[in-house]
Amino acid sequence: MSGVPRTRLLLALGLGFLAIALAISASCLLGPQPISLRAALDGVEPDRAILFDLRLPRAVLAAVVGFALAGAGTALQALLRNPLAEPFVLGVSGGAALGGTIVLLAATGLSAVSGPAGALLGAAPPVAAGAVIGAVLSTWLVFGLGRIGGRLVPEAALLVGIVFNAFVAGVITLLKMLAPPDQAARLLYWLTGAIGYESGSTLAVGAVLVFLSIGTLGLLSARLNLLTLGDEEAASLGVDVRRTRALVFFAVSAATGAAVALAGMVGFVGLIVPHLVRRLVGPDHRLLLPASALFGAAFLVAADALARLAFLPLGTEPPAGAVTAFLGGPFFLWLLRRQARERDEAAT
Amino acid sequence: MSPHRLPGPPWPDPIIDLREARHAYGARVAVDGVSFKARQGEFVGLLGPNGAGKSTLIRLIAGLLAPSGGTVRLAGFDPHAAPRRLVARVCALVPQEPRLDWPFTVRDVVMMGRSAHQGLLGIAGRDDLGAVHGALTACDLAHLANRRVDTLSGGERRRVFFARALAQEPRVLLLDEPTAFLDLAHQVAAMEMARLAARGGLCVVAVLHDLNLAAAACDRLVALRGGRVVAEGSPSEVLTEERVGEVWGVPVWRGENGATGATVVLPKVGHRGL
Repeated sequence: MSGVPRTRLLLALGLGFLAIALAISASCLLGPQPISLRAALDGVEPDRAILFDLRLPRAVLAAVVGFALAGAGTALQALLRNPLAEPFVLGVSGGAALGGTIVLLAATGLSAVSGPAGALLGAAPPVAAGAVIGAVLSTWLVFGLGRIGGRLVPEAALLVGIVFNAFVAGVITLLKMLAPPDQAARLLYWLTGAIGYESGSTLAVGAVLVFLSIGTLGLLSARLNLLTLGDEEAASLGVDVRRTRALVFFAVSAATGAAVALAGMVGFVGLIVPHLVRRLVGPDHRLLLPASALFGAAFLVAADALARLAFLPLGTEPPAGAVTAFLGGPFFLWLLRRQARERDEAAT
Repeated sequence: MSPHRLPGPPWPDPIIDLREARHAYGARVAVDGVSFKARQGEFVGLLGPNGAGKSTLIRLIAGLLAPSGGTVRLAGFDPHAAPRRLVARVCALVPQEPRLDWPFTVRDVVMMGRSAHQGLLGIAGRDDLGAVHGALTACDLAHLANRRVDTLSGGERRRVFFARALAQEPRVLLLDEPTAFLDLAHQVAAMEMARLAARGGLCVVAVLHDLNLAAAACDRLVALRGGRVVAEGSPSEVLTEERVGEVWGVPVWRGENGATGATVVLPKVGHRGL
């Protein structure tokens, strides 16, 4: 905050873009079917189709989702004043998944009555809208129930989020019973956080929503710095706390909703990435937020490529969400223990 | 556009003006009809036993709480209804125990005091850099500017938050127990800084527990009990044996500091007093 940390900002953003470029290149060029970049650029099949119809859109999808989740996680951590906050852990992703599922199942039901109407409701924008509404409602619920005596208690909000996740998983399982078997299987695959092959229009809708909401958070990043000091202090330094918090809520929910609509529940990206980036660029959110979002994009592209490549010999691929959970679960526990230890030391 | 004009001179006198202000947390009335005025250039000490309503009173002045009755005026406007940005340009609050969960540097924290003077992205201009430099120097923090706040001692940390309040360039400075948890040297230093701020033309209002420090440093004392003002005036007027016994329920001996002439009160306890 000392002046504009312009060189550090440019350095962090430059490194972030470089990481994305590297991850996308690796993701595009590595795979079961070796391809030649030159052949693909010259329009030789099947290299062209593999690169431009399959691998590149998938890598871009992973980048958009990672960008959204890491940006949202950074903002949630500032709002809760706790590095353990994250859209998946707090149940925001779960709410989004529930919202999206309800719209999808409603579309199935509707198509039994009227095919075109069902298809219209099952298209990308309504499902994304359902996910965003689900995310907004769950954010509101988690932060509402995490408030004790008018004061937000971060640990309480985290517990509410974890319980809410289990609740949502149960509800989605029940709802799945209503769906025909083939759709239920697809639903399950989506929800486990699979980076798949979405249509261009779906990707475009999601990307616009993500960039608008993370952009909003970027504009609020100086305010986020003040909110880390506590509500009363932020207010006495000139922040309209209630309005700022509401804006951050909506932006986080929209970004998470879009990410879930695109790729289902990919957990822990918003936990791991901001933590590592904070070590690199420090706590100033004007730097931390954009840098986290960029590195989050690179991280998820890499995680998806890893998921694809590691299981090549078996001829299958786990969803990227499984990889991030595999890395993120232990990471969460490590952070939790470290935080408890630090509190313990501070108290003695 | 907001109906509030940007505050500026001439400042209303008194700059803090509460009339029959009340505030209740649910059923518990914390401030019960307090009328309180303070002017620029004076250092006012708010005294009283725990739960007397001192902290609530300064939160009413800062506009962080809404009065449930009466009126609160800060520089002529209602600080709870006014935009926070505008209030922050007039009034700075140094909290009792500032939060330090994030590893910001001393300079970062002091620069946060400039937020209300900056645009949305908090880009520092020449005024901001000058104010931060001045505040760091005034609080003897220049050599610590790049240190992380969470690595400082309690006394140094207190100075950082005082410096942040100075960088805010307010007209009113509210201090919530500025000497709590500090050793004697740091207590004296904190009171000196507050006194200097008042001499520099600010209206300084501090919640204090140490009656002798308050008597030595403040121009005027206001004693609260049960959310009401029970005594008000110069230190020698407020700190009489009778009043102190009444407000705190402790019998005291009152005398005069032989070196400075300041009023001194000492509890009549210990093996010689009891």
